[in-house]
Amino acid sequence: MAALTVENLKKTYANGVQALRGINFTVEQGDFFALLGPNGAGKSTTIGIITSLVNKTAGSVSVFGHDIDMDLRGAKKHIGLVPQEFNFNIFETVMQVIVNQAGYYGVPAKIALERAEWYLNKLGLWEKRDTPTRLLSGGMKRRLMIVRALLHDPELLILDEPTAGVDIELRRSMWDFLKEMNERGKTIILTTHYLEEAEYLCRNIAIIDNGSLITHTNMRHLLDSLHTETFILYLENNVHDVPQLEGFSAYLTDPKTLSVDVSQEQQMNVLFEQLSQQGIKVLSMRNKANRLEELFIRMTAKEKPHD
Amino acid sequence: MIDRTNRIAFQTIVTKEIVRFLRIWPQTLLPPVITMTLYFVIFGSLIGKQIGDMDGFTYMQYIVPGLVMMSMMTNSYANVATSFFGTKFQRNVDEMLIAPISTWVILLGFVVGGTLRGLLVGILVVIIALFFTHLQIHHVFVMLSVALLAAVLFALAGFTNGLFADKFDDVSIVPTFVITPLTYLGGVFYSIDMLPPFWEHLSKLNPILYMVNAFRYGILGVSDINIVWAMLIIFSFTVGLFIFNLKLLEKGYGVRS
Repeated sequence: MAALTVENLKKTYANGVQALRGINFTVEQGDFFALLGPNGAGKSTTIGIITSLVNKTAGSVSVFGHDIDMDLRGAKKHIGLVPQEFNFNIFETVMQVIVNQAGYYGVPAKIALERAEWYLNKLGLWEKRDTPTRLLSGGMKRRLMIVRALLHDPELLILDEPTAGVDIELRRSMWDFLKEMNERGKTIILTTHYLEEAEYLCRNIAIIDNGSLITHTNMRHLLDSLHTETFILYLENNVHDVPQLEGFSAYLTDPKTLSVDVSQEQQMNVLFEQLSQQGIKVLSMRNKANRLEELFIRMTAKEKPHD
Repeated sequence: MIDRTNRIAFQTIVTKEIVRFLRIWPQTLLPPVITMTLYFVIFGSLIGKQIGDMDGFTYMQYIVPGLVMMSMMTNSYANVATSFFGTKFQRNVDEMLIAPISTWVILLGFVVGGTLRGLLVGILVVIIALFFTHLQIHHVFVMLSVALLAAVLFALAGFTNGLFADKFDDVSIVPTFVITPLTYLGGVFYSIDMLPPFWEHLSKLNPILYMVNAFRYGILGVSDINIVWAMLIIFSFTVGLFIFNLKLLEKGYGVRS
């Protein structure tokens, strides 16, 4: 069953900005789905329409079979939203924010408190339950947003940049938590600017740019389409001229750093043999960017001339 | 029939509103008590003695219903206007908008919260008034129904203000430039019978006059206007404003893009 179906979705704001130009995609139940795009691509508008915070201009949205035009309340019951911006009442405590949110979904306070205890412990916020939200750190606020979105036990969790501004250690613990939620059956839609996050977590992906859908496919399939990767090689000694490497495209970033494009068909051994023959020793190497980032940049850059 | 989700959501909004105005009682409950005490001391005890009786009552007794009504109206209004605008400003109105709550539940939740603050302030002002004079209630039903309707009406007006407001200044403009002048000209401190005919007729266009007089009728049994007519006007404004707010909220005016 489709958790979310978006068909020919269009949005033109009152100021004439065309945020969405007719996008189509489907998210299957149980999926971990990445919705990516550069700033201003239309991701937040799409999420806004799905969650009814933005009025659409045309098209249709259906959540677990509930069309938002025909049965908005039915659709809303299935959705939990973690918005990009912190939007809780800064004068309320962590527990008040959570219990109120549960109340808006018809969850009785007793059940809300039980669930809150479990989620707050799980995300390391239990000790902060009586703290006013304005006194929480950025990372704590992010985690509270996730707890708040889960209190009514939604089947579809939409996360709009949930780890923005969060340190890497906390981010990884949040990834583990989200993976666990997905394994427990929650369908998750993630927008993020950390592309390694999307690559690590998501099975399917849609990329939006300038209000249009560029791609909508399986993550593995997309990554396989990346034929060439750029590797950065850190050299032992200074090199002043770009070495002649047959079959490889290379350039020097500085005398001790060599960038080499390697296609899927080429062997790294061949590259290293050629470097050895020229007396160039490599101390270490890394990918220039992660694979999804590489693809993302190429795909969105390709779209720019059409803007 | 109200379903479970709507019922719990309604209770949540009302509780949240009550907790809010009780938490900040020095801003919400204390100022009207102090202001009204000053009115009673200055206009009732000091100046009132020079004015003498009005419609068969001491001046202090005459102004008590108007001052109670004024407190209820301004507090109901302010509660909803500031609370809803604050919710909108911090974007936590989104919590409600994305939830499966009927629009009327959101509206009613805020209005009931504002109404309760208005009525609580009204009770406090009556208690203060009893330190200065004695009151004998003539028509309990009229007094209670007018108090309730007026508090609801001004809570609804506060909601309209909150919806239209873009910045905090917008929340104070209407009370300062519309409600306060209309209240002072609405027969709180005088009977419109004392005015020249032109001003007396003009006063009848002021809706607050009907609330003040209907409330005064409930307490003292005297009024400048027909009580049935007054009740009908207050009720019509209340229903009209409820429908107006509901339509705006359903369209997402001021809260949706």
